[in-house]
Amino acid sequence: MIAQNLENSESVIEIERVTRAFGKKMALGEISLSVPRGVVFGLVGANGAGKTTLIRHVLGLLKAQQGSVRVFGRDPVADPVGVLSRVGCLSEENDLPGWMRVGELMRYTQAFYPGWDETYAEELRRAFALDPSVRVKHLSKGQRARAGLLIALAYRPELLVLDEPSSGLDPIVRRDILGAIVRTIADEGRTVLFSSHLLDEVERVSDHVAMLDQGRLAFAGAMDDIKQTHHRLTLVFAEARREPPALQGVLAWEGAGRQWTALVSGRLAELRVAAIGQGAQVVDERPPSLDEIFVAQVGAIRTTAEEVS
Amino acid sequence: MQIHVSTNDGSPIYLQIVNQVKYLIAAGRLQPNDELPPIRVLAERLLINPNTVARAYRELETAGLVTKRGTAGTYVSATRTPLVKQQRLKILSARIDVLLAEAAQLDVSHDELLALVADRQRILKSEPAAANRNSGATSQ
Repeated sequence: MIAQNLENSESVIEIERVTRAFGKKMALGEISLSVPRGVVFGLVGANGAGKTTLIRHVLGLLKAQQGSVRVFGRDPVADPVGVLSRVGCLSEENDLPGWMRVGELMRYTQAFYPGWDETYAEELRRAFALDPSVRVKHLSKGQRARAGLLIALAYRPELLVLDEPSSGLDPIVRRDILGAIVRTIADEGRTVLFSSHLLDEVERVSDHVAMLDQGRLAFAGAMDDIKQTHHRLTLVFAEARREPPALQGVLAWEGAGRQWTALVSGRLAELRVAAIGQGAQVVDERPPSLDEIFVAQVGAIRTTAEEVS
Repeated sequence: MQIHVSTNDGSPIYLQIVNQVKYLIAAGRLQPNDELPPIRVLAERLLINPNTVARAYRELETAGLVTKRGTAGTYVSATRTPLVKQQRLKILSARIDVLLAEAAQLDVSHDELLALVADRQRILKSEPAAANRNSGATSQ
């Protein structure tokens, strides 16, 4: 009965206060996240922010030193078969056995997954132009990524986990990977977790975003909310200023002289009033891209951290 | 249906779709009863989340621009709504701005320009009428 309830719960992945250190280096600090069923969840952050470490916890490749990880309500370390049989994954290093031919790799993987869809696998192989007689080690980087994607998708997993899938790949392979994410999510009830430092990709396909910075959760939320609560306001002051004014909610300023542009988080109406209160005229406002929000958020966190220490 | 989305301009992707469909309808490139691509098809073509396309279609439906016909698909509404009118006026406004700027360059006063617009309208209206009379005459 309890298992049944867990299966039907809204979250596919539940991460609670997970902390992880490698020696003295803190890799993850009290990360809590929940990935709802049926969404594309984008994990973003600079290199070394902790994205891969977090994903390795989800896949049960690392055991949480503190806190807990649940996937489909199960512990991926204690019950790897129960979890991994329902997860398709593709990682940047893509550790496929090099000596196998593509056709052998497909039959080999099929043996592990009762849900393997032969027609779909063949369809993907043709779409990706993968020659079944070629050994994996002789494939180009792009073709190897496609082979990895094929075996991650062909058993139609409920959860697709991609760690920096498009890192270092050409635009055409990247399109295949994004296409796979879109098709996966279009199948009712499937969920995708993927990490990327290409914020343009994340903004296109994600419903939810979490930003990691130096092992900490910078912020997380629904993409629509994030876009709605961040604004770019350009202000013109009567007099030239050396420094921008202190305005609540401003994450980052850029500009000089009379014209300054602020990236702010908060309610637009209140921000406008505050800006006018500082003797400024709002000359432009537009929604920022996820990339701009990321840079501003991370910059603001690091500045605060410096001030505290 | 020609739609292009970009993450550079910052505006939410669903809104970019809504605005472009509105424009296509206003410009007549999407006609009443034309079918919009299925959500999944458009999502795969643009490489965006299908939920985003679904949201754009919902907004268009709320605005009365498109109608869902059960599971058969989403179609451009048969009746024009005030919103479409607004869009059409917006397109004309851009043309008028160019016209006003050119008139100023050529030293044509505002009143002269208005008179000219009225004149052209009379000529355009009388010409089809004249054509009709002519065709009527030949058929007799």
